[in-house]
Amino acid sequence: MGSDFTLNRRRLLQGAAAGATVAALAGLPTARRAYAADFTVGFIYVGPHDDFGYNQAHAQGAAAVKKMAGVKVLEEENVPEDVAVEKSMESMIQQDGAKLLFPTSFGYFDPHILKIAPKYADVRFEHAAGLWTDKLPKNIGSYFGYIFEAQFINGIVAGHTSKSGKLGFVAAKPIPQVLQNINAFTLGAKLVNPKATTQVIFTGDWSMPVKEAEACNSMIDQGVDTVTMHVDSPKVVTQTAEKRGAMTCGYHCSQAALAPAGYLTGAEWNWTDLYPKFVTMAMKGEMIPNFYRGGFKEGLIKQSPYGAKVGDAAKKQADEVKAALSAGTYLIFKGPLKDNKGKEVIAAGASLSQSNESDVQLESMHFLVEGVLGDLPG
Amino acid sequence: MSEAIGWWGVPLAVFGGAVRVSTPFLFVSLGECITERSGRINLGLEGTLVMGAMSGYAVSYTTGSPWLGVIAAGAVGVLMGLAHGLICSLDRVNDIAVGIALMLFGIGLAFYLGKPFIQPAAPQLPSIDFGWWSDIPQVRAALKINALFLVGVALAPFLLWTFKNTRWGLILRTVGENAEAARALGYAIIPTRVIATCVGGFLGGIGGSFLSLYYPGSWNERLSSGQGITAVALVIFARWNPMLCFYASLLFGGAGALGPSLQSVGVTQGYYLFNAAPYVLTLLIMILTCSPKRTLIGAPGELSITR
Repeated sequence: MGSDFTLNRRRLLQGAAAGATVAALAGLPTARRAYAADFTVGFIYVGPHDDFGYNQAHAQGAAAVKKMAGVKVLEEENVPEDVAVEKSMESMIQQDGAKLLFPTSFGYFDPHILKIAPKYADVRFEHAAGLWTDKLPKNIGSYFGYIFEAQFINGIVAGHTSKSGKLGFVAAKPIPQVLQNINAFTLGAKLVNPKATTQVIFTGDWSMPVKEAEACNSMIDQGVDTVTMHVDSPKVVTQTAEKRGAMTCGYHCSQAALAPAGYLTGAEWNWTDLYPKFVTMAMKGEMIPNFYRGGFKEGLIKQSPYGAKVGDAAKKQADEVKAALSAGTYLIFKGPLKDNKGKEVIAAGASLSQSNESDVQLESMHFLVEGVLGDLPG
Repeated sequence: MSEAIGWWGVPLAVFGGAVRVSTPFLFVSLGECITERSGRINLGLEGTLVMGAMSGYAVSYTTGSPWLGVIAAGAVGVLMGLAHGLICSLDRVNDIAVGIALMLFGIGLAFYLGKPFIQPAAPQLPSIDFGWWSDIPQVRAALKINALFLVGVALAPFLLWTFKNTRWGLILRTVGENAEAARALGYAIIPTRVIATCVGGFLGGIGGSFLSLYYPGSWNERLSSGQGITAVALVIFARWNPMLCFYASLLFGGAGALGPSLQSVGVTQGYYLFNAAPYVLTLLIMILTCSPKRTLIGAPGELSITR
């Protein structure tokens, strides 16, 4: 019994010593690697990074950051909008020493970023589309583009090109950012053709390939000849419309390669300009604005090149409006504006400008303008 | 472009949707039907479906032939089935646990190997035009039917007939109903079950290739929204009868198309409820037909859930 104990204790000590040596040897270089000169930036995506959509747009921004000197980029994809993203963020911070995180999906913000950020005051959390307010921690930032400006241009082009005047919109969820796009697209089309309507179908989630294809098919069955969308990956909608001979306006990034015949133009993010800017600011120790918004004027969004079916009149009008938007002199949501129930939502003389003052109203938008066929739940 | 067809769009979309959406359900449930009739449950078919979708797409893209893709998807399915069949043949291995493990393994492996194939567009399976007689473009679109669906339609009654009238069907049913009796009759139990699981995997893989090669017709990581698992549940719903599997698949496919098509004609309230329609239906039928006094009608006696 006694000798057994000694043996065990000796083994234990030997083992512990060996373990400690191994840990020290293994730990030293990793620790050094993590805290060396490189500034570590982490990107987290909700889907694959090459999905022809939302995640690809962000990944293109991350690729631009990768080219910068002295920066190490971490990327993790397919992270669901639940506790998993908290684990991803914490492991990027604790194991890799990340100082700046871009958890990009809408649902990461509340409650996940809000829960993790207070624990790491020296780490910066930059979220796309979240609504930052003064009450939230200072190390959280939210940035987003007025991509509805580009959807407005999509609408103008679709209004010119559509023969039936019936447009379709495959939408994921009725949240303000999606409604802005549906409304702007419709208003753009009505600028050209006051009788144009937009049929909207909500699929219920960001990525529902079968539902998206069904939605696209049933709208085309109802006479819709041009579709656009706000889902994570526009690939399925674009391909389905192309198969049925309908036209498409893209979203997130260019889907022109998927629909050589029917692709008109598209609303694209321009994160490749913004992200290197943010990273430079963070490396210099400057404060990134907590609330950052912008459209064509600020270079946060861009338009896909026009497709073969877009005529000269459409190009001319679209380019004119785009120039005005870039100059900051054009308002999309201006009164008098009625919703599709006939209720006035913006009074005559009033407007929601694409600027920081109106953001809270813009980002709590809960109406569909006249000309949209569809209802909001609740 | 086409004229609007209004409310006629709903039945048409449900019919078209039933045909388009049901094929993966049909193949996976027929495959699982064979496996379960031998006395094993293979929950791994969800993983097989995703692996089939990925490998079918990859092979179609690299070789340029979608039909080779379908065969490759089937072959991958056989391998996945073989893994399940062999592992479950060891003593005291639980087939449900192995199934869940293989499901996660298949999904993970497909995501890992499928990375390079998310971007490129692979050649798609052709469809057969049965709508030539109609001038209405919507009807023509709904009647573009994929050959795989027709194979599935033929397979269901064929399987039913095989189960009932052939020596193979009898062996399969005996092994699934009562292993002791099968052993007494001199039938090889384990080989029968392994082969049944492989055939099930083959069909599951083909079901997956339909998703990536025809409808919705591209490979990405969220292609399957649980069709594989739903199809496994369908088999119980269909009482292990291949013809009922066929009807249940059509029902689920049609119900899936109901939500979007109702929205397109202006019924916009409660689309989450319409989207949930197939599952509510399953629950209802399960509740209405079950009884605490006996096991489910038609359930093979050797299944671990009924034993």
